[in-house]
This record gives sequence, C-alpha cells and structure tokens, in this order.
Amino acid sequence: MKTDIVLSGVGGQGILSIAATLGTAALENNLHLKQSEIHGMSQRGGDVQSSMRISDQDINSDLIPLGGADIILSVEPMEALRHLPYLKKTGWVVTNATPFENIPDYPAIEDIHAEIKKIANHIIIDADAIAAEIGSRRSSNIVMLGAASPFIEIPYEFLEDGIRKIFGRKGDDVVNKNLEALAAGRKYSEENR
Amino acid sequence: MEKLLLLGDEAIAQGAIDGGISGFYGYPGTPSTEILEYVQHNKEAIAKNMHREWSANEKTAMESALGMSYAGKRAMVTMKHVGLNVAADAFVNSAVTGANGGLLVLCADDPSMHSSQNEQDSRFYAKFAMIPVLEPTNQQEAYDMAYYGFELSEKFRIPVMIRITTRLAHSRAGVVRKAVKPENGIKLPEDPRQFVLLPAIARRNYAKLLSVQPDFEKESEASPFNTYTEGSDKKLGIITCGIAQNYLLENIVDKEFNHPVLKISQYPIPRKQVNKILEECDQVMVIEDGYPVVEEMLKGYQEKGTKIIGRLDGTLPRAGELDPAVVAKAIGLEVNAGPDVPSIVKQRPPAMCVGCGHIDAYTALNEALAEYGTGRVFSDIGCYTLGALPPYNAINSCVDMGASITMAKGAADAGLIPAVAVIGDSTFSHSGITGLIDAVSENSPITIIISDNFTTGMTGGQDSKSLGRIDDIVKGVGVDPAHIRVLKPSKANMDEVVAIMKEELAYQGVSVIIPRRQCIQTMKNKALGEKIKALGLK
Repeated sequence: MKTDIVLSGVGGQGILSIAATLGTAALENNLHLKQSEIHGMSQRGGDVQSSMRISDQDINSDLIPLGGADIILSVEPMEALRHLPYLKKTGWVVTNATPFENIPDYPAIEDIHAEIKKIANHIIIDADAIAAEIGSRRSSNIVMLGAASPFIEIPYEFLEDGIRKIFGRKGDDVVNKNLEALAAGRKYSEENR
Repeated sequence: MEKLLLLGDEAIAQGAIDGGISGFYGYPGTPSTEILEYVQHNKEAIAKNMHREWSANEKTAMESALGMSYAGKRAMVTMKHVGLNVAADAFVNSAVTGANGGLLVLCADDPSMHSSQNEQDSRFYAKFAMIPVLEPTNQQEAYDMAYYGFELSEKFRIPVMIRITTRLAHSRAGVVRKAVKPENGIKLPEDPRQFVLLPAIARRNYAKLLSVQPDFEKESEASPFNTYTEGSDKKLGIITCGIAQNYLLENIVDKEFNHPVLKISQYPIPRKQVNKILEECDQVMVIEDGYPVVEEMLKGYQEKGTKIIGRLDGTLPRAGELDPAVVAKAIGLEVNAGPDVPSIVKQRPPAMCVGCGHIDAYTALNEALAEYGTGRVFSDIGCYTLGALPPYNAINSCVDMGASITMAKGAADAGLIPAVAVIGDSTFSHSGITGLIDAVSENSPITIIISDNFTTGMTGGQDSKSLGRIDDIVKGVGVDPAHIRVLKPSKANMDEVVAIMKEELAYQGVSVIIPRRQCIQTMKNKALGEKIKALGLK
C-alpha cells in the first residue's frame, strides 16, 4: 500500500496536527513515512503545505511528484486549488468549505467551490460547523482527517490509535471528542462521495 | 534499537547527542533552527547539561564551539547557509587551527530561497577551507553522519561540515538510534600552540592541512556513504549528491534503468569512483541540490573528456531546488502533472500577524516620514522585513543581518538626510551594535528604530540575547540619552509615537527609538512572560 497526501492551508491553521496524527498512526504500525513541511517566513499567514507519504515499502523522495498525490487534504478551499498540479487523475480533493480571508482580493467563495467541483473526485465539508456541533471547535482539523480517511490506505483503527496517542496526555475527554470528530468527518465523506 | 520519528534537523541533533557531544552552539535561522530547539527539549541533553543556549550570532557560536573543541570536548555549531558568511572568519581559520575534540559545523542551505536572501551552497565554503563535508541523503544518514562525523573529525583533528538542504531539514522519517557514547573529558591539545595562528605557526598548520588532503580523499573513497551502483547502459552515467539520490530513485523505482549511478555523500569527492564513472560512460549527468559544485569541478577534473551535463548546460535548471519532476525531465521521463492551478487562485504572501507591534511602528513611521518623501528606510532581517509589502510599503532595503544601521549611515554620509534604520532586538544583538558604534563615532544624522518584541520572532520565538539590556547597550555605545526614546507602539498612542518620531527625524545626530511590545506569538510562553515581568519591561 502507498498513499501520498498533500496537506494544505494557511500558516497558523495547524495543518501539522493532521500530519502528526497520521504520522503517529503510520509509525506505530511499522509503515514507512516521510513528511515534509514548511517552516520559517511562510508560516506567517502565507499559504503552507506539507507532503505526507505513507507506504509499506521504502520511500525515496520527501516531496510528492507532480501528478502523484492520491489526496489533496486542505483545511482551506482556495489552498486546495493551489496544489492541483500534484493531484493524480484518480485522486481526491478533500477540503474544508470555510474560507480563510486574510488577503484583500480573496475571490467569491461560490467561485472557489465551483472550481473544486470541476474535479471528478471531491469532498467539500464544513468542518468548522461539524466540529462546533460536536462541541469541540478545535477539532475541525481532525474532522478533516476523518473526511479524508476513506481514501487513505491505512486501516481506520490505526488513525484512532494515532489520536489516542497524540491527545492521550490531555485526558479522556479530549481523546473522545477527537475520536468523535474523526468519525463525523468520515461519515460525511461516506454519505457524500 | 529504538526508532524515532524525526525531522532531518532533529536526527542530526539526536545523532550528535548519541555520538557523545558536550555542547551545541548556534543562531536561529531557517532551515537550521530545529536542531538546537530539539536539544533544548531533549531529556538526555538536559540531564547531561549539554550546552544548548543560543549565541548572539553565528560567528560567536562558531568561536565558542571551537573553544569547546580546544578543551577536548565534542561540539557542534548550527546555522543557515547565510549564517556561514557571518561565521566565515572563524570557520576558515578553524581549518588551519584544526580541532581537538570533535567539531561539526552544520550548515542548512535553502535552495529556492523559501526563507532566505540567496541560495548559496555551503559546499563551496568547505572546499575553500579544505575540510571534509558530509551530505546526508535521508534522515537516517543525517543521524548516522552526526554520530560518525565526530569520529572523522577526531581522526584527522579537523572540523567537519555537515551540509543539508531545506527538504531534508524539514522532513520527518523514522530513524534508528545507535549506542550512546560517553562525552570526552577535558583534554588540552598535545601541541599548546596548535591554536595560535601567528604567521610562523599558521604556515606550519597550513602545510599540514594541505598534506592531509589526499587522506581526506581516501576517506571518501572508502566511505559507506558514497555508493556506486553498477549499470550496463554506459551511454549515460549519473552522479547524485545527497538528497538528489532520492529524486532519481523516485523516478526509476518501477522502471528499467541500467545506467551506472554514483551517489556522493562524503567530500572531497571520491576520486576513484569519480574516475570510474568518467572512464566507463560516454556522458555523465550531475544532479545536485544547490549550486553546480561537483559539475563545475568535473568539467576541469578529467583527462578523458567525458561530456558532463547538469545545471550548467540546461539539462537541469540553473537555479532552484530539485524535485522529482525536475529530475524526471532531465533523465528523459514524462511528467504527468494534474490539472493546472485555476486562474481564480490568488497569491497569499506571508504577512505580519494581526496585532503585531511592528505594524503600529510602521504606521507611525510612514506618517512621520511623509514630509520627507519615500526611499530612505533601511531595514533588516526579521518579521519586520514584511513591512516591504503592501499596505505598508515602508522599507527600501533588506540585505543581511545588521545592514540597516550601516546602510542608513552610508546613505546619510551621501547626504540623504534623514536616513532611517529599522532593526529588531535580536538582529540588533546579532550584528547591529558594531554598526551603531560607527554611527556614534561620527554622530551620523540617522534615526534608528529598534523594534523590540523580546524575541527572535521570524524563526519561531527563540531567545533574544539582549533581553532587558537594549537601552543600556545603546547608552553604553554612546548614544545621547536625550535621543534614546522608548515607547509603546499601539493605535491608542499613535499621535504620541508619530510626534516622537518626527522630533528625532529632525535631530542632526544619532537617535534611537525603541518601540517595545511583546511578540503576540510568544504570549503563551510562560517562562518568557515571567522574565519580561521580572525585568520590568511591561
């Protein structure tokens, strides 16, 4: 098995929490993993991305090749579009619906959603609303991970274990809220794919 | 052995810890920062009380590491590529003094300038200084090389460079640890004059450095980090350096590919293997991240005249970092990119944070300068460099650490009065003080704004070495206390801040304005909060 994921968003949105959960899930289960991320200047409100490669074989490049990503997992809709050249023909775009508007010329959100809908395989999910419903607004990134999970070739239980490990120190409540967030995201994708 | 999930930077730190290091030195700089940060939070490093504080700049860090090596212990100095320019005097001369305890110089290069002013290649510096270089291909090699690097350094009593690039520095993978080695005890150099570079001694040391060059080469030829993969199709041979090997393998892993491949990860380049690939192949492609260092060498290296291709002839792009697609094109493979980016997608450049004190300082400065016109603000390296972007358009230069004060002085010398410098507190500590001494000694008509946010913000909130001492330093250098103006930049104070700036812009001498407000990104840092309170800075 091999899954290549481009994670994208805006500096400060915490895409690395998704990467950490996935990474822990992969490592705990003896899968190979390479995860490349951006630090430094672009972290300050600019567009950020992280490449996540998981495989049961050795992984060479830290970067995903153009046209090689199985999934673009974006916590911001315009940022999902920025990385389309990396998407495989059969790949999935899984994106949060809510825009992060920190530039003066941010396009109309309807137009952004329309562009995403041109991609055959796409999920647009209002992760913020789902996280709020669960009563855990901070879990919207985990909702996003759940939404991508049907397309990731890692058993779902591995992701749950990853969450237990990452959030374990913060107590059972936090763990359970995040497990709930993961399940809610997954459910949405399964019903809307 | 234990397996850890580590960034390339962290793997280097862990390799050095396990390899028996006693002290890390460095100045924060993307993509090298996470090495020292990892050590600062590492339980073993804390338990052994390894040195792990930030230094004022890369030169002071390099010299401190050299001092620890003099005392017989193992040390590492970490920096980004342009930091090596700052440390260069100490670095080049350390090759002539040689090391005593193992000494590793870690340089993290940033091809494509993700967070830098240029994409210089540190391997040039190592060649200039004539010391060995280790260039890891992956996180495991990064660990192994830090561990092994001390052995190499102590075998030849020479500093060894480890060179990485952004992708490896900031990519995570599993790393297997080795047995932990004990630290060295204090043991002074056998020759008490080894580190005394008086001309007579320097000439002797330099002759020794020249004489061991062939030994460095033999070491590279025998190094397990340099590998030769035989291939039957000798129309083309490929040399990869460090991380470039990954991009090649990524492209050929599931394909027929029978060309000989030499992977170089230890320098000087291994003569035996290089001659072999030049001898047996009709042409050789060199794939390296950064400058065409090896490619240029080979063009003047060989007797046979094998055609060398790479970045210099356009087979690979001359600038920018490598990636799988760039390498695929070079070896003649098709790249099947996904859909184009829709035209609706707008640029999202980095920006100063909402609520940042630098923003209020720039708003005030723009207003205060309105009567003089634009084009007279020299800035520096830090978050405040983002003041170059709209809507501020507030600065006219960003060159190197500390250049704001000195460039403003030069412009004032030329008659551009008033000239303004904008510098942060950490950059001021790094390289601003010496420039201020120049300005004070001639009472140059410049206005210096030290935007003090108590931290090294751009790299993620590391210590600022002059915390709580900026005012005293400025006074101590000799700025007239009447023209040292400390203020709090905020919307509420805007009129007062503008008025103070106008007064100082009109003053025909050195004035220093210190807008002071904590970086909002550090508000969760309790230890820093307590320090700020104890120093009475709030």
